[in-house]
Order: sequence, then structure tokens, then C-alpha cells
Amino acid sequence: MQRYSLRNVLGHALRGNSGWKPAWRTPTLKSTYDVVVIGGGGHGLATAYFLAKKHGVQRVALLERGHIGQGNSGRNTQVTRSNYFYPVSSSFFDHSLKLYEGLGRELNFNVMLRQGGQINLAHSHHELEIIRRWANAILMNGVDAEILSETEIRKLVPILNPHPRFAIAGALIQRRAGISRHDAVVWGFARGASAHGVDLVQGCEVRGFRKSGDRVIGVETSHGEIQCGRVVMSVSNQSSLLAGLAGFTLPTTTTTLQAMVSEPIKPVLDPCVISGAIHAYVSQSDRGEIVIGGGADVYNSYRQRGSVAITRGVLAAALELFPSFSRLKLMRQWAGAVDITPDTSPIMGLTPVRNLYINCGWGTGGYKAIPAGGDTMAQTVVDDKPHPLIRAFDLARFESGALIDEGAASGVAH
Amino acid sequence: MLYIPCPHCGFRDETEFTYGGPSHVTRPELTTSDREWTHYLYHRSNPKGPYRERWIHSYGCGRWFNVLRDTGTHEILEVYLMGQSGMDSANRGNP
Repeated sequence: MQRYSLRNVLGHALRGNSGWKPAWRTPTLKSTYDVVVIGGGGHGLATAYFLAKKHGVQRVALLERGHIGQGNSGRNTQVTRSNYFYPVSSSFFDHSLKLYEGLGRELNFNVMLRQGGQINLAHSHHELEIIRRWANAILMNGVDAEILSETEIRKLVPILNPHPRFAIAGALIQRRAGISRHDAVVWGFARGASAHGVDLVQGCEVRGFRKSGDRVIGVETSHGEIQCGRVVMSVSNQSSLLAGLAGFTLPTTTTTLQAMVSEPIKPVLDPCVISGAIHAYVSQSDRGEIVIGGGADVYNSYRQRGSVAITRGVLAAALELFPSFSRLKLMRQWAGAVDITPDTSPIMGLTPVRNLYINCGWGTGGYKAIPAGGDTMAQTVVDDKPHPLIRAFDLARFESGALIDEGAASGVAH
Repeated sequence: MLYIPCPHCGFRDETEFTYGGPSHVTRPELTTSDREWTHYLYHRSNPKGPYRERWIHSYGCGRWFNVLRDTGTHEILEVYLMGQSGMDSANRGNP
């Protein structure tokens, strides 16, 4: 792997930048692997990376049906935060945020993390009480949280609507929350995984599993059959379909979550601002675009486009918070097909099929979990038992009733 | 934007309707196993393709009905009343 450093950048510049090699290898698929990771999104790539780098697993293949980072890893709003309500969520997502804080160095790839904070607005006394309770829970979990007054909010976000229809009563801020560059996270993990010997194979679709009794012993792909010791499914909205091929069902439904960006403007908005009641969240990317997100479509869909009705509602909400943005041109609107679980918490760990592991159900918030998802899943695969941080997120919780209902602590109400 | 043919009022925008989730989910006997009960409560077929679902025309006639809709294309293949099982038997039955 060519390291990225000031010295290398200058050296290559002097030689006309002709000496850069591709960031990852393009290997041909072998017939046997120790571990096969299905899905070349952030979570899959991070899992493969940690398997090879941290646990020294020699023969790892990552199979991606299309191109890496083209699914939800390329369709999110790049928010990273750990302001969750329940201790199990909080410890997992804070582990992820800590990994994000060191990710640029870990991967030798600038992921452009900017911790501008995240503000959750309260619009009534009652909502402020709920947010106070939420802040106390976060603090009890050992994560940073503060309550801001309206004056303090307006100092941090001067362009907030001066005459809001729904008065601002206060806000919760997590100052360590922020945004990073999603492509860089995908490319950084891909480059790192490849350098540690992972075979990244794009354009390779998994069409079935080979089983012996209750254990998986291989996968059938569009490139032929592969024998392998263990398999990780990290395929987001395709999880139900792939689980069906492996012989079990999941409690996930696939629906559409959309987002949009304006034309780029000068820096005006440092934190990510969320209003659950008005139902939108708004941030500004380092390229200057205003990034807007909000509600998910209500019905099952794999379409990756999003309903115009939702677009309209989200934009109206964003303009209620920031009326000055009404002058901006909307540049792009897109949507991802997300797999939502009944309790809006992810499903990670073992499956009814032995040696087959699952990482899915991220719904509307998988991006922030990429490094920890990869780290804990890699450990889970190596040990054949769930990593302590993800034990509560197992598939069996729906039968035992130990749900982790994080709906209330979600970025916006879903 | 879906354009949904209400069996009573005709074609209307999706914003007039409320989604009711999958159709034809049968509640098992109370003596059933925990596994069966979990399956009934939470597990859904979630196909990419034809899917039987319920809608209510909230801002219209206020009546429930069934829709067979392709989740991959959003094409509405069939609309039928509550209590009916639908014509297209090849695609019958969510879980």
C-alpha cells in the first residue's frame, strides 16, 4: 500500500503524479476462503478490514454484487453521534464515535471528520423535559451531553429562524457529534482491507448457500462456488432475501429514506440541527452543500427514489427552521432502501445457521456505526460468540422480548 | 408519489391514504409456541416484488382495502376489498 503523506504527495507531484497505484487490488476469486463477507458497504468493508488486520485472518473474501459503497454507504447524510438513550446502545455507538475520532490515522486516509456537534431542538416545555431526561441518560452512560438555552443555541446557529412558528424552548447538544466524508470511509476501509490481504471482488452476486446439516460450508456466487469456514452477511436492505436463501426469516422491512443537498454556499452552519417535532435535520457539508434529511416513506419499497410527498414535507420543515435557505437551489435528491427492525435497533451476531453471522437492521442510522460494526462483527466471527458490546442486539431478542426500543432517541421520529 | 385506486373513490394521491402494513396475517392460537408467536408478531416476508398490503383512505371514504403492489417497481397490480383474498393466486400470501 502506498502511504499517503505530505512527503509522498510532494514527491509524486514532482514526478507529474504518474506514479500513483490503484488504492486496492483487483484480485480473481479463489475457490476457498476462511471467511467470506457478503456486502461491500461500510460495515462489510470494516468487518473484512478488522478480520485481516486485528485478528490476522489470512484468507478473507469480500463479495459485492455491484460496486463498493454504492448502496446506503453512498446514500447517507454522514452524521456520526452517540447520544443514545439505553446503556447498550450508548456504549456501542460511543465505541464507534471513538473509532471515528481516530479513523483517519488508523486508515491513513483523511475521512474529514468535523465534530461540529449535534443540536436536538425542543419546541415546548414538555419536549424540553423529555430532552433533559435524555441528556441525563446520556451522561449516566458516560457520554457527553449538554442542555442549551435559546440564547446559547442562537449564538451557535445564528441563521436559525428568528421568528419560528414553533418557539424554541431549548436544546440538547452532543459536541463530539459531527459529520465525515462517507466516500472516504468506504475507500479508506477498502484500501486498508486490500492491503492486509482481503480479496475485494466486485460484480459478484451471492445466489445461495451450501449447507451441511445446520452449518454453512460455502456460498454459490455468479462467479462459481466458494468453500469457506465462516460467512458474514452485511447486506442492509437485501438481508431478508439473503436470509431466505439461508433458510431463516428476519423481522426487518425494507423501506425508503431520502435526503437532499442544496448548491454549495459559504460556511453558515457548523452543527447538525435536528428538530423531531418539525421533522427535519439539516447540516452543512465541507463542500458547502446544505444537507437535508427527514422522514422515511411509510410503505415497503426497494426503489431507492423516495416519494415526492415526503420530499415536500422534509423541505417545508427545513425551511421552517432556516427560512433563508429558501433562496438556494436544490442540487440533488436521493434515497436509500433501508431495513428497519420493529425496535429500530440493529440485528448483529449469530444466526440460526451455524458459521453464518449477520449484521443488518441499521434502518436509518448505519453510517455512524461503521467502524464499531466492523470491529465487533470481526471479533464475533473469530470467537463464534457475540462481542460483549453487541450481545443485546442479537436476533433472539425478538423471541425473548428484550427489545431495545430506541425509536424515541432516534435523530428524528420515525 | 403513489397514485392509488381506492375501490370506492377512484384514483387519488398517496397523501390521502394511510399505510396499514401486510395483509392476510393470521393470528395464531394463544396456545402456540413462543417461536410461532414471535414469527406472527415481527417476522415479515419483505419481498422485492409483489406484496399484499392494507391501505385506508383516511382523507376520503375512510375505508380499508387490500392492494397487491410490486415493491421493486411500485406498480399496483390489484386492488380488492377487505375480506377478499385477491385474484392473483400465484402471488397469494405474505407470511
